Amino acid sequence: MNSMSAHEKKNLIKGLLFCSPWLIGLMVFMVYPMMAALYYSMCDYSVLLPPVFIGFDNYTDLIQDGVFWQSLGNTVYFALFSVIFSLIMSLALALLLNCQVRGLAWYRTCFFLPTLMPVVAGSILWMWMYSGDGGIINTMLGYIGIDNPPAWLADKHFAKPALILMSVWGAGHAMVIFLAGLQDVPKSIQEAAIIDGANAWQRLIHVTIPMISPVIYFNLIMGLIGGLQVFTQAFIMTGAEGAPERSLLFYVLRLFNLGFNDLRMGYACAMAVILFIIILSLTLFMNKLSKKLVTYDR
Amino acid sequence: MTAKRSPNPLHQSKSYVHAPLIILSILFLIPFVWLIMSSLQPREQVGKNPPEWLPRQHYIMHDEKKIFVTPPEEIGIEKVEVKMLEGLKKGQQLLVDKSAYQNGQVLQKVQVADQFEEKAFAAELIASYAATDVYVKRWQLSKITPAEEGRQWFCVKPEDVQVEINAVWGNYGEAVRALTAGEEYKALPLSELMAKSSTPLTDKHADGVTITFLTYLLNTLVVAVLSVIGTVLSSSLVAYGLSRIKWRGSNTLFIITLSTMMIPFPVLMIPLYSVFRELGWIGTLMPLWVPAFFGSAFNIFLLRQFFLTIPSEISDAARIDGCSEFGIYWRIMLPLAKPALAVVALFQFLFCWNDFLGPMIFLTEPSTFTMALGLQQYQSQHGGSEWHLLMAASVLLVLPIIVLFFFMQKTFIQGISTTGVKG
Repeated sequence: MNSMSAHEKKNLIKGLLFCSPWLIGLMVFMVYPMMAALYYSMCDYSVLLPPVFIGFDNYTDLIQDGVFWQSLGNTVYFALFSVIFSLIMSLALALLLNCQVRGLAWYRTCFFLPTLMPVVAGSILWMWMYSGDGGIINTMLGYIGIDNPPAWLADKHFAKPALILMSVWGAGHAMVIFLAGLQDVPKSIQEAAIIDGANAWQRLIHVTIPMISPVIYFNLIMGLIGGLQVFTQAFIMTGAEGAPERSLLFYVLRLFNLGFNDLRMGYACAMAVILFIIILSLTLFMNKLSKKLVTYDR
Repeated sequence: MTAKRSPNPLHQSKSYVHAPLIILSILFLIPFVWLIMSSLQPREQVGKNPPEWLPRQHYIMHDEKKIFVTPPEEIGIEKVEVKMLEGLKKGQQLLVDKSAYQNGQVLQKVQVADQFEEKAFAAELIASYAATDVYVKRWQLSKITPAEEGRQWFCVKPEDVQVEINAVWGNYGEAVRALTAGEEYKALPLSELMAKSSTPLTDKHADGVTITFLTYLLNTLVVAVLSVIGTVLSSSLVAYGLSRIKWRGSNTLFIITLSTMMIPFPVLMIPLYSVFRELGWIGTLMPLWVPAFFGSAFNIFLLRQFFLTIPSEISDAARIDGCSEFGIYWRIMLPLAKPALAVVALFQFLFCWNDFLGPMIFLTEPSTFTMALGLQQYQSQHGGSEWHLLMAASVLLVLPIIVLFFFMQKTFIQGISTTGVKG
C-alpha cells in the first residue's frame, strides 16, 4: 500500500466509491446466498428453524432419489432438444432473411413477435392450442389427415415434445442475434468463394457457418443454460407436480417443490448446488470445445 | 429507391426465398391470430369442436330489433307457451310440453311436504311450437352481471336464427372483472370496481377495498419502474467505476462480476428467500425491486463495454476544467450513454413485466401480486374453461409490450444483437 502514489490512492478510493453499490449487492445478493446455499445443502433446514448440520447426507440421499434423476433426465431431454431445434430454426430464418429479401422488416417482426409474449401468457395460450377440446393444433393436424392426434400435454410421451415445439416458437430471439452475426460476415470472403466456383451450399458450409461460429456457440450455450432452468411453462401447463406421470417434472420445478412446498430447504439447496456445478462444468467444457471448433479470428 | 441488379449473386434479390418465408411467418403468426380470435369469441363459441376462427354470434329479429342469442337448441317435441294464472309461478310465461297442457290447465309437479304431487293450474295459452322449432336464450356477456331487461327466451323457426361475424369486445372488460378477487364486488360496474382497487399505497385492511386487475397492474408497474430506475443508476455508476477510473483491483472485480453471470437464479432462490425473510420483506414488493439498486452483473457488463468506446479525451478535458469525477459521470457520460441506457432500461422493464418465478416465491399476499402471478392464479382456479377470458387477459398482458416494441423497435433489435455478437 505504501508504494501507491497519492494519485493511485485517490483513484482507488474513487473506484471503490463508484463500485460500492455493486460491492454491497455482490456480497448480499450473490456471494452470501451462494455460500449459504453451500452450507444449507449440508444441513437439515426448513427456514422455520435454524439449520442443523448433517454433513453430506443430503447429497447421498439425492443420489438414491429416483425422482431427482427423473427430473434431471427430463430437464436434459428438454434442454438438449429445444436448443437443437431452436438453433436450427433460428439459423434457417436468419439465413433466409439474409438473402437481401424484400420486406425484411416485416418478416423479422413476424418471427420476433412470439418472443415478446410473457411466459405466463404464452403458456396459457399453448395450453389452449394443445387442448383436445377445441384446440387448434389437433384440428389442423386433422386437416392434413392425422385423425388420431396425440393428447399432447395429457400424454407422458408427448408432453415434452409439446413444450419443445413451443420453445421453437421463440426462435426469433436467437434469429436476431444470428442476423447481426451474418451481417458482420465480410462480403469480400463470400465473393472470393464465388470466384473460386463455390455454390450456395458450399458457401454456407465452408464460409458462412465457420464465420458465424462464435455466434452459434453463444446461442448454444445461452440456450442450454436457459433450458436447464425451465420452470414456468411446466408449472403453468401441468402444475407443480409436472403431470402426466412426472414427465414434465423439471429440475427447477422439483427444487421449488422441495424448498417451498415440502420446506426441505437443505435438500433443495443440495439440488441447487448440483445445478450450479452442472452449469459451471457445462460452460467450462463448451469453452474448451469451442477453442477447437469456433473460429474467432476474422 | 430502385434495387440495382448487379451480376454478383450476393446482391441480387432472391425472390424464391419468399415462399419458405411466407409459410414460416404464417406458422409463427397462427398462435397470435388464434389468441386474438379466441379472445373475441362469445363463450358459447370457444371450445367448439371443430373450432372456428372468426368470432360469430347468433341473432334473431324480434319486434324489429336485433337480439343476440345463444346457439339454437332443437326443442324436439311439440311445446306450448302458457301464461300461468295461478300457483307459485303466477304471471310467468312458461314453455311446457304440449301433453302437459289440457283444457286450459297445466299439470305441474309440486312439492307438498316430502312428496311430489301432480297438480293442475289454470293457464292461458299464448303460442304453440312445432317439434322442429328451436329454443334460444337472450345472449349475455357475463354470468355475473344482471340480465338485460325484456324477454329472456324465444322459440323460433330454425331459419329465423341468423349468424353474423361479431367480435365480443366486452370479453376484455370481463377478463378484467374476472381477475378480481372479491366475489361480492364482481357485479359492480367496471369503473366502480376499479375505484375500489387496493393499490400499493392503500391500507389493504380498509373497508370496501378489494384486489382487482388494477391492483396487479399497479404492483407490476411499481416493481418495473423502481427496478428500471435502480438498475440504470447503479449499473451505470458501477460500470463507470470499472471502465473510466484506473484503480488497483478493478480488473479483478470485473472478472468476478462476469463470473457471477453464470449463477442462475434458481441456485440462489432459497438462501435469498431466507435473507428476505430475515429482513421481513416476504409478502412485500421489496425483494423484486430493491436488489436492482445494487446493480446487476449483466447490465454493468453491457454499460462498461459502452463506456470503453468513449474516448478518454472527453473526460480528461472535463477534469482539466475542474469537473469532479461524479460530475463527469453525471453530466458527460450518462447523456452520451443514452442508447445503451435505453437498452438496459427496456430489458429490465421486460424482465419485471414477464417475471414469474420471483413473484411466485416472494409475494405471498394477493394484494401484492403482479399481473403475471395474478393471471396464473386465475388460470389455476378456472383452467380448462373460460378460455375466452384467459385469452383476453393474455392479450392485455402482451399488448403493452407489443406497443413498446413498435415504438422502440431499434432499441430491441440493437439490444439483442449487441449482447449476442459482442458478448
